[in-house]
Amino acid sequence: MSEKVLMKGNEALAEAAIAAGCRHYLGYPITPQTEVAAYMAKRMPKIGGTFLQAESEIAAINMVIGVSSAGKRAMTSSSSPGIALKSEGLSYLAGCDLPALVVNVQRGGPGLGGIQPSQSDYFLATRAGGHGDFHMIVLAPATVQEMADFAIKGFELADKYRMVTMILADGVLGQMMEPVSLDFGEIKQFDKPWAAVGTNGGRRHNIVNSLCLEPTQLEQWNIDRYKRYEQVMANEQRAEEYMTDDADVICVAYGATARVTKNAIAMARAKGIKAGLIRPITLWPFPKKIVGAAAKKAKAFVSVEMSMGQMIEDVELSIRCSRPVLLCNRSGGMIPTPEEVLAKIEEASKMGGAD
Amino acid sequence: MTTRILIAGFGGQGILFAGKFLAYEGLLEGRELSWLPSYGPEMRGGTANCSVILSDEPVGSPIVTNPDVLIALNLPSLDKFEGDVAQGGEVFVDSSLIERKVARADVKAHYIPATKLASDEGLSGLANMIMLGFVIKHTGVIPYENVERAMAKVVSERHKDLLDANLRAVALGYGYEG
Repeated sequence: MSEKVLMKGNEALAEAAIAAGCRHYLGYPITPQTEVAAYMAKRMPKIGGTFLQAESEIAAINMVIGVSSAGKRAMTSSSSPGIALKSEGLSYLAGCDLPALVVNVQRGGPGLGGIQPSQSDYFLATRAGGHGDFHMIVLAPATVQEMADFAIKGFELADKYRMVTMILADGVLGQMMEPVSLDFGEIKQFDKPWAAVGTNGGRRHNIVNSLCLEPTQLEQWNIDRYKRYEQVMANEQRAEEYMTDDADVICVAYGATARVTKNAIAMARAKGIKAGLIRPITLWPFPKKIVGAAAKKAKAFVSVEMSMGQMIEDVELSIRCSRPVLLCNRSGGMIPTPEEVLAKIEEASKMGGAD
Repeated sequence: MTTRILIAGFGGQGILFAGKFLAYEGLLEGRELSWLPSYGPEMRGGTANCSVILSDEPVGSPIVTNPDVLIALNLPSLDKFEGDVAQGGEVFVDSSLIERKVARADVKAHYIPATKLASDEGLSGLANMIMLGFVIKHTGVIPYENVERAMAKVVSERHKDLLDANLRAVALGYGYEG
């Protein structure tokens, strides 16, 4: 194993993106994500890459469309209000079947909201990244190491499926430092025969475009795209299971909230309550198979999130509402304490009778 | 063994740097650790704080809500966090900036006039590291013999000239007999 270094999540993510071969970062500063841009501003000029601070978030995502059209790995990052501004571009990327890495280091909302950590863009990331029928692959890191690893994985998945990968982090993960290894092994690159690059007349020119005025054709594009999404749903669901084997109460939590929940599970176990955690790593596709299978044994679930209750809907859908699902949540930049999660686990342990 | 440390004071007192120093020492020892700063406008002259966890097991939540060790460099920080300290925990107070005593009887309080010592000794701006030396002496949170190695790691190339001053500050706090 290579030597570990101490880095902020935002910085580790940026360094990993460079390791993945990204040489075009287009962004606009916003707390608590700014270290990504600052790191890129420092590093890109030294390696012949492009760091560009655009005039707005919208301009930045449209530049990503341009770079990606040319077959290059492109990335932008922002925090919640800035990601909302990028919605149009996210939809155009999907409509053009272009890969890209988009990072959202979430803060409290709605509106300008605050700058403290949040997970209230779950719906935005998994349901409504923009207009039209489309999905993004959404990865949820919970450690600084995963901030780095998922940047690599994110580019690979994006290229493989010609989709946007969104890394859905939060202020805690962006700002905290942990030991991280920057040895990523071999990085997969993908042929991009669709890229709009010059060939000196060697072949018919490629067109990258989302406009289609013929409805039968546009419908077919959507159907074809959703066939690809089905493959993603079948192949890419990921979750970490923690002490779930004998668990009566299963918490579902991602990102920083999953870390708090692990503390609560240790406290619950010390009190004799069999609690466990399913930590979704992919939020889209949601790990329905793993959560669904857990409902066969567990009596009740607790969705722990920094929002007014968004992921809980996916938990309920995954288990077809066959078990009670409690919500343990804080919002607006507040983080649930292990004690608050423990209290919900205790409440849940008294619910859900026999089969 | 897990030690949860909260360092708190004004922005500009070197709160985050002090935390970083402890984190680097943990890294060099191959321990599990996390470092989490407060961030945003509150850092500009307002209160700043920094959570550091050093552990032999993977760190769960990086947020220190009940510190085993509280290092308070101003009164608002002591007022805000004293009640959160874990029972039997230790509270370190810069007594040149905080006039009151620690009120709780179930924690161990230590006092050092770190800011005054810093200005008396020509180490102005290094009260944070004097505090750390004092903390290391009383808690053994990191081995004193490792201080030099960690300092060399955390002081950036650009500020190499400050390495000695930082080491002197830690030594001063370590040797302080209150």
